[in-house]
Amino acid sequence: MSEQIEQVDVLEQLTSEDYQYKYGFESAIEEEIVPPGLNENIIRLISEKKGEPEWMLQWRLQAFRYWQQMKEPHWANVHYPPIDYQAISYYAAPKRSKQPRSMDEVDPELRRIFEKLGIPLHEQEMLAGVAVDAVLDSVSVATTFREKLKSMGIIFCSMSEAIREYPDLVRKYLGTVVPPNDNFFAALNSAVFSDGSFCYVPPGVRCPIELSTYFRINARNTGQFERTLIIADEGSYVSYLEGCTAPMRDENQLHAAVVELIALKDAEIKYSTVQNWYPGDKEGKGGIYNFVTKRGICLGENSKISWTQVETGSAITWKYPSVILKGDNSVGEFYSVAVTNHRQQADTGTKMIHIGRHTRSRIVSKGISAGYSNNSYRGLVRINPQAENARNFSQCDSLLIGDKCGAHTFPYIEVNNPTAIVEHEATTSKIGEDILFYCNQRGIDTETAVALIINGYAREVLSKLPMEFAVEAQKLLAISLEGSVG
Amino acid sequence: MKAPILEIRNLHARVGDNEILRGVDLVVYPGEVHAIMGPNGSGKSTLAAVLAGREDYEVTDGEVLFDGKNLLELDPEERAREGLFLAFQYPVEIPGVSTATFLKTALNELRKHRGLQPLDAMEFMNLMQQRAALVKIDPAFFTRSVNEGFSGGEKKRNEIFQLAMLEPRLAILDETDSGLDIDALRIVADGVNALRSPDRSFLVITHYQRLLNYIVPDVVHVLYRGRIIKSGTKDLALELEAKGYDWVKEFAEVTA
Ligand SMILES: Nc1ncnc2c1ncn2[C@@H]1O[C@H](COP(=O)(O)OP(=O)(O)OP(=O)(O)O)[C@@H](O)[C@H]1O
Ligand SMILES: [Mg+2]
Repeated sequence: MSEQIEQVDVLEQLTSEDYQYKYGFESAIEEEIVPPGLNENIIRLISEKKGEPEWMLQWRLQAFRYWQQMKEPHWANVHYPPIDYQAISYYAAPKRSKQPRSMDEVDPELRRIFEKLGIPLHEQEMLAGVAVDAVLDSVSVATTFREKLKSMGIIFCSMSEAIREYPDLVRKYLGTVVPPNDNFFAALNSAVFSDGSFCYVPPGVRCPIELSTYFRINARNTGQFERTLIIADEGSYVSYLEGCTAPMRDENQLHAAVVELIALKDAEIKYSTVQNWYPGDKEGKGGIYNFVTKRGICLGENSKISWTQVETGSAITWKYPSVILKGDNSVGEFYSVAVTNHRQQADTGTKMIHIGRHTRSRIVSKGISAGYSNNSYRGLVRINPQAENARNFSQCDSLLIGDKCGAHTFPYIEVNNPTAIVEHEATTSKIGEDILFYCNQRGIDTETAVALIINGYAREVLSKLPMEFAVEAQKLLAISLEGSVG
Repeated sequence: MKAPILEIRNLHARVGDNEILRGVDLVVYPGEVHAIMGPNGSGKSTLAAVLAGREDYEVTDGEVLFDGKNLLELDPEERAREGLFLAFQYPVEIPGVSTATFLKTALNELRKHRGLQPLDAMEFMNLMQQRAALVKIDPAFFTRSVNEGFSGGEKKRNEIFQLAMLEPRLAILDETDSGLDIDALRIVADGVNALRSPDRSFLVITHYQRLLNYIVPDVVHVLYRGRIIKSGTKDLALELEAKGYDWVKEFAEVTA
């Protein structure tokens, strides 16, 4: 019995050390923020500020009307006080920021923010070959490498710019994967989205560099509602990475993004996320509410979409990157590592909707919970009646550090075609006091031991990340668990 | 004679209100093999755990010097780096970490502590192969997660393999012989004998005299109710085997 007590004490100690969120600085940049509240006038104001065409405004207003009819969903295994949507400001933009024409026009103050985050915007510094779109609060502040991409016919720009300059493409695809009335947060996003990234890869083109967007929430009491749309035309390929950080604040901030991916015949989209929004302090004060709708459609045959995510941040994560497998022989993949520590809560997973014949999907989910956190995997695999010979394999693993955290798995499987083969495997393991002591006894300190175990555990997912980011992600995992390992 | 590698003086340790070690005295010199025997629950594993630095046990009195240093103020990993090794009675499984990665990390930590460069991949593989042969471990085990799905005997053998890799100055074997088949017992004993050297000492905890036929101890101790109540030569083990513990327990009564 007293052994029990002793163990708890040690783990208590391990989980109590202050977690240092190194991106928690706040930047004193002058911003233009619209007053809090949400109504048609605010939406008109946002649309006007962005110089949008009428159809876009109407689209937003329609979404707003849907939203008004909808209720915030509460089926996820997360708990938080009610959100006052009228207390949030829906638009914040760094002042003086006319859309820069070249890198040299980017406000040096803004540049400093991104440099502090380790995201150099200077093209000559981009040795890694990564094109970056940097979004601060509501607007995109810089997109690098544009000229090079343009020469190949690849469009990579901010969403606002795309609406102005490529309206036909935007109109054709926006809202086709995540319709405005899809869910409460998607409707909200559709009404008020401010910026985000747009990417179009023409037929037969392999995008030679990683495309990447860094999202940063800076202003107080604002929400971030970015919208990303990626279209890979026939036979093309693109790999895209999204990273996010936010200052440390006592209050919660809402992030409700929508990402839509469209892969046409023989096209492939690889979408990776390293999500590191501020998770709140160890008592659970502050942090980002991350309510995100991400969905891709394999529209053409032989197309492929794969989601890879490393989720370490946010106070609450509600997120299910999904794939609709419409084209015959299309492939959907979901690789996820989700870490929760202290009081963080994550309810994340995926949906694989098999419509086409011979469609295949693969789900690998690795949850890691520490402290008092709660980590749930929620996944749906649906095989529609016409999806002959569909295959799914799901692997859902949970790793617990200490005994005050929780891990839950909610797999939903709907098979409506007898030729389908659906496999689901799940494991739960625990890094307990015994394992740590065993490592210590071999000369390995506790922190190194946990990193060793985590890396082994997450290896399959990390290996799916673009090389440049795999190492970063590995470090990030270690850092986010720092408080949990003494 | 050289200075002792281990000096335990009047060691008392408890868990909660339960005093388990009640005044252990033990001195081990470099190169010596000491056997510790004693009935179930007498405190043998507790002694090993306290020496290795397990936090569940509170040391209430006494001192332990390891190579002249105060062992009790060191963290478990520092003790290991100083050259103390414990072959566990119940080795744990470490999911997702291969034996090779685990041992490479451990060995390089020890080397760092000794001011040596880390071994590169080639040197490390060579060393693994060489030491695996010593305890007849199949190299297929290198890529498997530490102890995961190993049989009881395989786990024990893996402990001795780790011992061979990490080359400690004092190795404590806690019932490494239990659960081994006759051939494996031989292999493990041969491995340990090969690792005996003038500057390496062993504390061998066992219930069976049989092991001591292979690993011949310099001294045999009987631990009973948290105290060493009798010490002798290897013949003491034979005597215990023949007569059981009752007759030595009387010593405890006398000295209590
Ligand atoms: N963590 C603990 N909490 C409570 N009691 C403990 C703990 N560790 C050991 N004990 C008790 O201390 C006594 C000695 O245990 P220990 O494991 O040291 O015995 P042992 O001599 O190794 O026995 P065996 O020969 O069965 O392995 C036992 O009564 C045991 O129940
Ligand atoms: Mg024991």
